[in-house]
Amino acid sequence: MAPAPPAATPSPAPSLVDTLFQRSLDDLVKSLRADPSAAGESAAVSRALSEIHREIRGPDAATKAVALQKLTYLSSLHFAPVASHPLAFPAIELLAAPLLPHKRLAYLAASLSLHPASLSLLPLATHQLHKDLSPSNSVATSHHISALALQLLASPAAAVTPDLAVHLAHDLVPHLSRGSPRAIAAAARIIAASPCAAAPVLFKPLAACLASPDPPASTAVAAAFCELSAPPADAAPFLPLAPDLYNLLTTSRSNWALIKVLKVFARLAPLESRLAARIVDPVCQLLVRSAAMSLTFECIRTVLTALPAHDAAVHLAIGKAKEFLAAEDDPNLRYLGLLVLGMLGPAYASAVHECRGVIAQSLGDADSNIRREALQLMMGMIDDNNVMDIAGMLVSRAAKSDPEFANDILGAVLSACGRNVYELVSDFDWYVSLLTDMGRNLHCAQGDEIGRQLVDVGLRVQDARPELVHSSRTLLIDPALLGNHLLSPVLSAAAWVSGEYVNFTKDPVELVEALLQPRASLLPMSVRAVYIQAVLKVITFCCNPYFERLSNSSKEVPVALNGLSIDRPVSGGSEAQIGSGNEQITVPGMMEKDPFSHKSIVHMINLIETTVGPLVECNEVEVLERARNLISFVYSLREIQELKENKFDDEKHNRLKELVKNMQTVFSQEIGPVSLNAQEKVSLPDDLVLNENLAELVDIVREDDTIPSSSVVFYPRSRGSVETRDEPALSLGSSSLLSDHRKRHGLYYLPTGKAEVEPADYPHANDPLLPASNESALDDKSKIIQPVIGGKKSKAVKSRPKVVKLDGEDFLSSMVASASVPKEDSLSGAPKLVFLFAVLFPRDIACRHQNAPDASRATYVTAAATGGFRMRPAGLPIGFGFRPSPTDELEAPSPLSAARTSVYCSITSFCFHG
Amino acid sequence: MGIRFVLFVNKQGQTRLAQYYEHLSIDERRALEGEIVRKCLARTDQQCSFVEHRNYKVVYRRYASLFFLVGVDNDENELAILEFIHLFVETMDRHFGNVCELDIMFHLEKVHFMLEEMVMNGCIVETSKQNILAPIQLMEKSS
Repeated sequence: MAPAPPAATPSPAPSLVDTLFQRSLDDLVKSLRADPSAAGESAAVSRALSEIHREIRGPDAATKAVALQKLTYLSSLHFAPVASHPLAFPAIELLAAPLLPHKRLAYLAASLSLHPASLSLLPLATHQLHKDLSPSNSVATSHHISALALQLLASPAAAVTPDLAVHLAHDLVPHLSRGSPRAIAAAARIIAASPCAAAPVLFKPLAACLASPDPPASTAVAAAFCELSAPPADAAPFLPLAPDLYNLLTTSRSNWALIKVLKVFARLAPLESRLAARIVDPVCQLLVRSAAMSLTFECIRTVLTALPAHDAAVHLAIGKAKEFLAAEDDPNLRYLGLLVLGMLGPAYASAVHECRGVIAQSLGDADSNIRREALQLMMGMIDDNNVMDIAGMLVSRAAKSDPEFANDILGAVLSACGRNVYELVSDFDWYVSLLTDMGRNLHCAQGDEIGRQLVDVGLRVQDARPELVHSSRTLLIDPALLGNHLLSPVLSAAAWVSGEYVNFTKDPVELVEALLQPRASLLPMSVRAVYIQAVLKVITFCCNPYFERLSNSSKEVPVALNGLSIDRPVSGGSEAQIGSGNEQITVPGMMEKDPFSHKSIVHMINLIETTVGPLVECNEVEVLERARNLISFVYSLREIQELKENKFDDEKHNRLKELVKNMQTVFSQEIGPVSLNAQEKVSLPDDLVLNENLAELVDIVREDDTIPSSSVVFYPRSRGSVETRDEPALSLGSSSLLSDHRKRHGLYYLPTGKAEVEPADYPHANDPLLPASNESALDDKSKIIQPVIGGKKSKAVKSRPKVVKLDGEDFLSSMVASASVPKEDSLSGAPKLVFLFAVLFPRDIACRHQNAPDASRATYVTAAATGGFRMRPAGLPIGFGFRPSPTDELEAPSPLSAARTSVYCSITSFCFHG
Repeated sequence: MGIRFVLFVNKQGQTRLAQYYEHLSIDERRALEGEIVRKCLARTDQQCSFVEHRNYKVVYRRYASLFFLVGVDNDENELAILEFIHLFVETMDRHFGNVCELDIMFHLEKVHFMLEEMVMNGCIVETSKQNILAPIQLMEKSS
């Protein structure tokens, strides 16, 4: 055998030797099989290709044909580049060969190879095709030859060469009238490729084939019309064919043809109202009679998609679908049965409910497709009555499933329950414990969403907070969870919730210990920052009653140290909550665990100093900043020691008391969800100087920081109860100044309306002054009234607690951000302010969910800390008085500091007064 | 279009026949086959024979060491395609007699001819084994 020439040199013309010793296709296949390794295979392929390149240029038709055969083999199995010139040209050459086998090879090669890259060769083929299509003298072979030509026209090659198709359209007509299936397929391909040119010639003969008695022809023509009427195309031009198609539907005995006819009718029925009534009987008969599952399934699908108004037919179809579902040994039928249930509209929801048992069982199927369909059906069934059953069942199912499906389930449950601000959930205690259970799932990768919802429920649903704090405790005290990185967003949310609603916690000391446990160092830094901030809240919360008690004891009787007399004037909770807190801490024998005792406070302070102390050297700014805040605060509290010894140092005592009280005031301000639209109401203050050219900001802002959150933005909001209750006691305190400030600058706030009048009321999220009190808002209000009537104690018929929901915040909430781009003219400088704020404090606006509330308030604390703690740790200013232009006191590295400071001021002046 | 492609792939993932009814470049074909085969090989007998892949639905059936895969439009009838695969295998069985992977490798053309008889332009047009095999028998007789 001739050795392969180097690829670069032009191959010599084939000699007689080549022809005599040419390798056949069998030899080629054997050589490929001889060495199945990749290297051996590619060597064999390259050798064969060089051979073929030589042989295919020879004058001998037989040699050429074998070479072409080998090339076709290699290219059809992707060993060689398909449709390259070397294959297309010889193929076209051989089309003209007189021998049928050669012709056949050539047509096969052409139908596999003709391709846009070789379009230039097509004019060469047109004439040969025309010749092959026209009837010749030799009847026996002409039939086969024209069949080959038709085959080529029906191949993808013809679709990309509309010219060829149009030139040959007339040649097809005699074949169509003969009812040749190939001609029908070719005609369909040509009409689809160039409808304008080919349809006038071919459509009529094609439609005439519908009446053909020949089964292959009717199968082919049904398939052709099914393809031509498929969706991107308009089905309307095929309406006139309905009588012929109907005839086929009632008389044809070929399942293949019937399936295609049913598909065409499913597209035509919506266009012509009378059609549905006409076909419903034959379809039902087929449904009842047919033994072929494929046809049965097609009938079911046709009934459900095209004849939904025919009740009897739909029930028949549902009955068949249930048979599919019951097929124990055939996963294909069970899968299709579930698909059919998914097609049922809301009108037949009860049919889906009847199959709930089977669907629930399918959740544990071996097949992931079946499980996925079952999950979708389950989620479709969920409503406010069965949400507890279904979601509970699904979450326990997730514990037994493989990781991927477990996460599918958890994701589906989270999105269903969180939809439209938890509209399905009425028992939030249940939902909070469900969220905790989900977080404990070993494979749970939905930590972000679970964490977001935990915080969100805390913000929106006041009644859920005790259970939220309780559930968070179980998460925080478990050291095993800290090593699981998937869970850190959940732990972060739990820590935030525990800190924010610390007044519901039963044992603050235990909470501080849990937050500062050694394994907490395994957490990501962002989560540690939340932990540290939570500790700051807890210690602030504990110190306040302590100082109250201390001052009482110094003025009144020493017995006041008894836990029973603890008074918490600035506690964020209502009277009932304080009562429940007292119950917990005054249990006999638990006195040493009193979190407000001197011993507990000192214990906590020591713990904080030893654990958080090292973090003031941390690299991560979030952690560093919060650790420093906490340590500075604790440092000032150190004076407690002295205080204890020297009880009547009034000046020091008062200073500390004032500090703690002010801290407490900061933290006791309710954080609520804020609609993104709310920011539009903020107008530019007169004294705010903004840089004209915001382009400067580009330098100091990274791209990824500027993406604003599409969900909820948080900012602290003063609670009516805090103000009104604090006002008499602290006539000069920050709270009263705050309410003064609110009176002056009311326009910066969301209108609160009743919230100011009724101290006990939770601030209305819906703006009552806006005309947009749509139906959902009305619903909300009616729900608010319910708890008052029903009473909270009757747990059995517990009514849904109030869920704060904002205007324009619905299931499309993610769209709100883009939809509500403020208009420059109507809003003066407000957008700039928003932008600047977003730019300067990207963390605070675009913060990740669980950090969101903390971060936004961190702005205040940070501002205060920058002006107070950090600069002058020893001599703290009284309160958090924030000077209007403290530029000199702030670290101001950028030329934007003036703007930054004034934004700082305008933002912080929501709460602080200079 | 109904059928978009027909593939025979063995357990090692080697393609034994590939017929496409829409135009794809060779790299697209290789990538598509690799992805689909990986998906199908991972499935067991207890799982259903339908796999969704990109915009295709792939209906597959396994005979001994060969997987027969047919990529179809989303609204194609899955069960009919399963029947088609079975008909195809039966036709080859009748022609080759107890067909195996080697028969297909050494007579790829004939398998292509059979497929051409059965499927045209992505639609099933001929389902009679006798009609499908007639031209091939004629060809064998003449040569």
